[in-house]
Formats: sequence, structure tokens, C-alpha cells
Amino acid sequence: MSLRNLLENRLLPPIAVAAVFVSIPWFFPSAYYYRIGALVFIFALAVAGLNLLMGFAGQVSLGHAGFLGIGAYSVAIGPAHFGVPSWLCLFAGAALSAAVAFLVGRPILRLKGHYLAVATLGFGLLVAIVLTNEASLTGGPDGMTVPRLTVFGWSVRGSVIWYWVAGATFVVGFVLALNVMQSPTGRALQAIHDSEIAARVLGIDVARKKLTIFIISAVYASVAGSYLALFNGHVTPDVAGFLRSIELVAMVVLGGMGSILGSLVGAGLLVVLPQTLTIFHEYEQALLGLILIVFMIFLRRGIVPSIAAIISGWRK
Amino acid sequence: MAELLQFVFSGLTVGAIYALVALGFTLIYKASDIINFAQGEFVMLGGMTTVFVAHAGVPLPLAALLAIIATTAIGLGLHRFAIEPARGATSVALIMITIGASIFLRGTAQIVFDRRFHSLPPLLGADPIQFGGAALLPQSLVVLATATVIVVVLWLFIERTILGKAVIATAANRLAARLVGVDTRRIVALSFAVSAAIGAIAGVLITPITLTSYDAGTLLALKGFAAAMLGGIGSAPGAVVGGLLIGMFEALAAGYLSSNYKDAVAFLIILVVLVAIPQGLFGRAKIERV
Repeated sequence: MSLRNLLENRLLPPIAVAAVFVSIPWFFPSAYYYRIGALVFIFALAVAGLNLLMGFAGQVSLGHAGFLGIGAYSVAIGPAHFGVPSWLCLFAGAALSAAVAFLVGRPILRLKGHYLAVATLGFGLLVAIVLTNEASLTGGPDGMTVPRLTVFGWSVRGSVIWYWVAGATFVVGFVLALNVMQSPTGRALQAIHDSEIAARVLGIDVARKKLTIFIISAVYASVAGSYLALFNGHVTPDVAGFLRSIELVAMVVLGGMGSILGSLVGAGLLVVLPQTLTIFHEYEQALLGLILIVFMIFLRRGIVPSIAAIISGWRK
Repeated sequence: MAELLQFVFSGLTVGAIYALVALGFTLIYKASDIINFAQGEFVMLGGMTTVFVAHAGVPLPLAALLAIIATTAIGLGLHRFAIEPARGATSVALIMITIGASIFLRGTAQIVFDRRFHSLPPLLGADPIQFGGAALLPQSLVVLATATVIVVVLWLFIERTILGKAVIATAANRLAARLVGVDTRRIVALSFAVSAAIGAIAGVLITPITLTSYDAGTLLALKGFAAAMLGGIGSAPGAVVGGLLIGMFEALAAGYLSSNYKDAVAFLIILVVLVAIPQGLFGRAKIERV
């Protein structure tokens, strides 16, 4: 394989991410950095799923944290109340999210623009309301502790292990997302994004393709939610809250709609910045809002696609 | 029976507020096709600014007036600095901008004011009026009366003034309006200013009843939006009827079913309306042109 072929290989970005992910811990001075790294990859996973929906299919979801919440509470409630092992709950949560996405998505994905935005927002808030009010199951507003994940007698705990688990899952999710994009469904989705009417005229089952991608993105978010709960060992209804949903959208927009690599960058920035800059932590909401406004006005394509455009401009 | 009457009273009161929020949505949507997710923040800003200005020693009516003026200025600023520069953006991008504005205003309010709940003294005293075995707060009457006045004034403005006609023209067809000499940009700015003012007035009026805090806007915006949608988006009478209905449903659900799930009612209505009657009660079905 020549160098040119290698550079144009679509697996290059995930390979590069994998290389960085494996080598960067050499530079970590303390376990705290593993913790940040794990959080970045967990959020990047959810954002990658949302990006498939927003960036490729052009459908907005302002309630995606609802699926994060379903995943998180699955691994919390399953072991605590029903004695089901955590790893099984993770899959059960993903299946439940897929089922919910199917049921909710079928009617609401027919809607467009702001109608879809409000419907998804309403859905996300409903999940948060249920999680807050069913206190006997969920512990109410204070949340509940999540039993540690045990796989074949091996306890998955601590920042270092979670860094590797989350990172590896993200790389797998990255490759899967690229495959989805290259599949007939992915191409159909891009056609829908460009012109829904033209896509329908071409014989694409628009409603079904949108539903497929909505379900896939829900599963990504659900797995990320389960990881987050297992990693933190504690979960509150905030995980499904309005602000979380907006944070996910901001990560997509910041990194770049339609760029999975951008999802990692967006998640990375919005996870790392509040941890390093105390100013960012204090003014988090105001800055999150400002980022959304500024990017939607001046840098609508997001960071990664903009950089990519500059680089390809140099090559010419 | 007294119980039912009690629920109707409280439903009408919150319903009037939802109606005012929905009117704000409707006005901006009519003029510009933008759904302004920051509409709830106008309500919050009206209440919070009044509380803090009054706390600084300014007499309450003056404080309320200042709060309404300040919120109107913020509404104009939102249009000038976030909506105007993004002209030609897709509806999804515009949604993201107004969501960003909403979070921005919330975050800023949290810093400028604080994170606590605040109240204001009611306008006509706090002693409830007994009526048919149910209690009615005088402030509820103030809310209902003011809502009625705003609706009437707005209607007179739209129907009887030349500027109002320009608003109708802009809503009907922006390009055509511009061709006959309407400055549509100023009309859109006006709609943001008036919506902000209506929101602020609503905020001042409900604070004695429901309290206010920096994050009170989100739920109000969503319920106001549910109201606008139920009534048929873009229809002013629809916004009022939708608001009152949502308030009523909510009060009845809280009374007879579960007060924990009171907030869920509006969202269930949104989902049902969107799926069953997307054009709403008073709206016209939209025919898509290819």
C-alpha cells in the first residue's frame, strides 16, 4: 500500500485516534489525567452517535441525554433491584433505548426543524421527570449508587482501567460509525440531509432511514450513559437533564457536524476546559451558550471540518 | 365541586401566563419564522430584575418598569447580535442560536443575580377571596386582567395601526412586504422587543404566585411553546386558548392524578398534538411546496 493510499484510507482517522489513545498515557503525570481521558472518550461516544443523527441525517435532537439517562439508570437499577449482573444491564439498557427510540422516533421523526427540536426536548424532559419522581426505584433527585461492573470475576474499577475501556469502545464506535456512513443507509441519509424531497423521489424510504439512524444514535448514547454511571459509581437525574442534552449538542457543533473526529475534539474541549479553567467552571452555562451562538454564526462547520478545509486548500 | 372550582382557578392563572409566553413565541414566529427558545428567559429576567432592583431600594412599580425596559433592551440585543448576523441560516442553526441565547442568559443571570428562589409582594394584598367554596388569590385576578389587556392592546395595534399592518405584511410574505417599502428588519426587531416586554410583564406578575429563580425560564418556555403549538403556531387567538387549556390540564392533572407529574402534562400534550394535529386547533394545515 502506497503512502497516498494510506492517507486516503477512511480508516486513517480511527487508526490515528487509536495510536494517540494508546501512546498518550505515557505523558500522564497522575491518575487524574486518566479520569479526564475516560470522561472525554465516554462523552465522545455519545456525541459520535448524536453526530450521526445531526451531522449526517440533518435531524436535531435536544433530548439525547434522555438516552444517556436510560443507559445510566439501567446499570444502576438492574443490579440493585433485580440482581441482574451489570454487564447484562448494559446490553439491556441499550436494547431498551433502541426500543424507546423506535417507539418515540416513529411519530416524531416525521416532524421537521423546530417541531422535531421541541418534540425531542419534550421527550428528554419526560425521561428526567420520571427518573426524578420514581424515587422508590431511582432514589429520586439525590440519585443512587451504582454497583461496580464485574466481568468474569474481574472488577472493572478505577480511572486507569476505565480509560482503556472507554477509549477502546470509542475507537470501535468510531469504526462502526464510519461503516454506517459508507453503508447504503448512510448514503441515503446524506441524500436526505441535502434534500429530503429529492431523496424521496429517488425512492429512499425517508422515514425508515431516519428511524434507523435515530435508534443507532440512541444506542451510542445509552452505552455512554451506562459507562458514565459505572465509572462514577453514582447517578442522579441530572444525567438526563436539559443541560446535558444541550451540552451534547454543543459538543457536536463545536467539533463539527458530520465529523466523528470532530465529536472527539468537541467532547474533549468541553470536558477538559471546565476541569482546567476555573473561570470556565463558574461560568459554564453562560460560556456554553456563547459557544453555541458564536459557532452557529461564524463557524457553522465546526473546528475539525474547518481545519480540514484549510489543509486541503494548502495541498492545491 | 368546590375542589374542581379551585383547580379551575389555579389552572386559569398559570394558563394566562402560558398564554402570554405563547403570544411572545407567536409574535416572533409570525414576523421571522424563528422559534425563540429564549422566550422563557425574558419571563425570568422580568421577575429577577424587579426583585433585585426593588431590593436595592427602588419603589416596586418603578423597579418593575425598569425591569421591563431592561428586558426589552435585551430582546433587541438578542436580535441585533445573535439573530441579525445569522441571516440566511437554516432553521436548525437558528434553533441552536436561540437555545444558546437561552443558556447564555440563564448562566449570566446566575452570576449577576444568584441561585436562590425569590418572591415579590402581590399587587392587591395576599388575602384570598372566597368564591363558591374555593379560594382565589387577588394576584390571580391581576394576572388574568393584565393578560386580557395585553391581548386587546396587541390586537388593536396589529389591526388599527399602520405599523401593525406592516407586521401583518411581513408575516404574510417578507419579500413582498419589502417590495412595498416595509423595513422588514425593523419589524423583526420590533417583534423581539414586544415579545421581550410581554415576557417581562408576565415575569413580574407571576413572581408573587410561583416564585422565580435564574432557571425558571426553561420550563415556562416549553409550556408556552406547548400552548402555542396546541393553539396552532402563528395564531394569536390560538396562543391564548392553548395557554389556558394547558394551564387547565396541568391543574386538573396535579389535582386528580399526581402533582409530581404536573410538569409532564405539557410535554405529553406537545407529543400528542405534534403527532395527531400538527397544525393545532386554530392553525391552518401547511401544504409543502416543492
